[in-house]
Amino acid sequence: MKILVCISQVPDTTSKIAFSDNNTHFSTAGVTMIINPYDEWYSLVRALELKESGAATAVNLVTVGKADAEPVMRKALALGGDEAIRIDADTTDPYVIAAQIAEYAKTENYDLVLCGKETIDYNNGVVGGMLAELLDMNYVGFASKLDIANGVATISREIEGGEEIDTATLPLVVSCQKGMAEARIPNMRGIMAARTKPLKVVPAAAIESLTAIDSYELPPAKTGVKMFTADNLDELVNALHNDAKVI
Amino acid sequence: MSIIVLAEHAQNTFKKKTFEAVQYAATLAQSMGTTATAVVLGSADEAAMQQLGAYGAQKVLHIADARLDSLSSRAYTKALAAAAEKEGAKVIVTLHDVTGKAVAPRLAAKMKAGLVAGAISQPDLGKGFVIKKTVFSGKAFAFINITSDVKVITLMPNSSPVKKGEGSAAVEKLEVVFDEKDFGVQVKEVKTVSGGTVPLPEAELVVSGGRGMKGPENWGILEDLAGSLGATLACSRPVADSHWRPHHEHVGQTGGTIRPNLYIAVGISGAIQHLAGVNSSKTIVVINKDPEAPFFKAADYGVIGDAQEIVPKLTEAVKKFKAEHAG
Repeated sequence: MKILVCISQVPDTTSKIAFSDNNTHFSTAGVTMIINPYDEWYSLVRALELKESGAATAVNLVTVGKADAEPVMRKALALGGDEAIRIDADTTDPYVIAAQIAEYAKTENYDLVLCGKETIDYNNGVVGGMLAELLDMNYVGFASKLDIANGVATISREIEGGEEIDTATLPLVVSCQKGMAEARIPNMRGIMAARTKPLKVVPAAAIESLTAIDSYELPPAKTGVKMFTADNLDELVNALHNDAKVI
Repeated sequence: MSIIVLAEHAQNTFKKKTFEAVQYAATLAQSMGTTATAVVLGSADEAAMQQLGAYGAQKVLHIADARLDSLSSRAYTKALAAAAEKEGAKVIVTLHDVTGKAVAPRLAAKMKAGLVAGAISQPDLGKGFVIKKTVFSGKAFAFINITSDVKVITLMPNSSPVKKGEGSAAVEKLEVVFDEKDFGVQVKEVKTVSGGTVPLPEAELVVSGGRGMKGPENWGILEDLAGSLGATLACSRPVADSHWRPHHEHVGQTGGTIRPNLYIAVGISGAIQHLAGVNSSKTIVVINKDPEAPFFKAADYGVIGDAQEIVPKLTEAVKKFKAEHAG
């Protein structure tokens, strides 16, 4: 069984977000880029576990990005994974990302494609579903557990107010979230090995964007907090009713 | 060329979030000089479907195949694509929830439609088709223009007005032929965890606890406060990571992003990652014994004090208020 893990690079969770060029571009100045946590902690580590248990024979990593995405791909290789593929395109349109990956993956016969439940930059969570359609695969989103036996996957996934256990035939795309695996830290051996693992660059296919970012905006600053004490909580409740009108 | 909206239901019950999506589609249809058609999948009765008319749906297309009672992204995609074709729809709306997030991307890829996931505004038609959404997990907003001919929108629950009006929608059946492959994912078991409270992503009122609660044994006072308000419980990441509370209650950058009307944070310092998941809440109340907690800067109302003292008193104040305003 061959697994493809989709990796996205995103700003570190502690980053301050700022925009340039009249709020039309995300400013990467001073921002540390990391592997999208859902891609790293859950999809990648679960894929590695499946390989370690003998269920998978190969774990490849793919990203859509320019050369500045290579450091995070090296880090992903240091965690494990056999080879990395970078599709040389720069886009924020999820359809273009999915279509670029599908274009590469369609001739590679992957049995399982894993991605994070969403990226923490654009919070779309749609590339997995798009990939499933473009590659004609089954799709299960928001999975917290995944096991594979005899070509059938058993998956726990989030539903409204609970959890559902599904079975699905391969080939399959799964988007992964918390519960799937425990985060790992690359060890020295992994880091050394990653230096010589293949990181292939694939030219972008000609795919038209279906969306474009018009502009960004930062949320308005709060005007100031109104304080209450243990002795006037009735007034707080009244403020929630009369001023905020939320209860 | 009407607008299609997926009207989700759970065993024949349409929830507020569905009415919200239907009304969003109807409002958009009006701006575009057309009408909204709600699509209902699986077993549902006629009277329940007709009430979607009170939220602006002109018509309901009912695809009654009982296999659609549980989610299959392939079958739902096929069903919505068939409905869109029948109506000549150029815009398709779903909710940005578990179902919508499974179906909308497949549908968008199938129809080669630009997708905005998690819309929090109507499209600005003056600028093209520009929709506001939250990005960087709540730290910013982006205005995204859909440039393709066919467009798909997933609407963030609790972000658009819901007001019941008059009217009843005409229900029309639509037959769609499915094959075995459309049901390649089979449901084996369903486990429900939340006991009757509103699921977190749709909750209007949320009471959330952090590490300052000191341990899972202290959650009773938060449950009482939530109970008095009719609120849903949430927690910060360290709480979920320590298994004090289940993971589905975790809100923040790597947990759920929510936008309730009221978010009461107890014993949560307000790290940037936590704020990211909750700062779209309309009103934030922070209770913390540390006056320097960064969360106070993001709050509308604050109380400095120990949770064990403040929370039960707040619960009493809420109960008193409710008793006075009852009926």
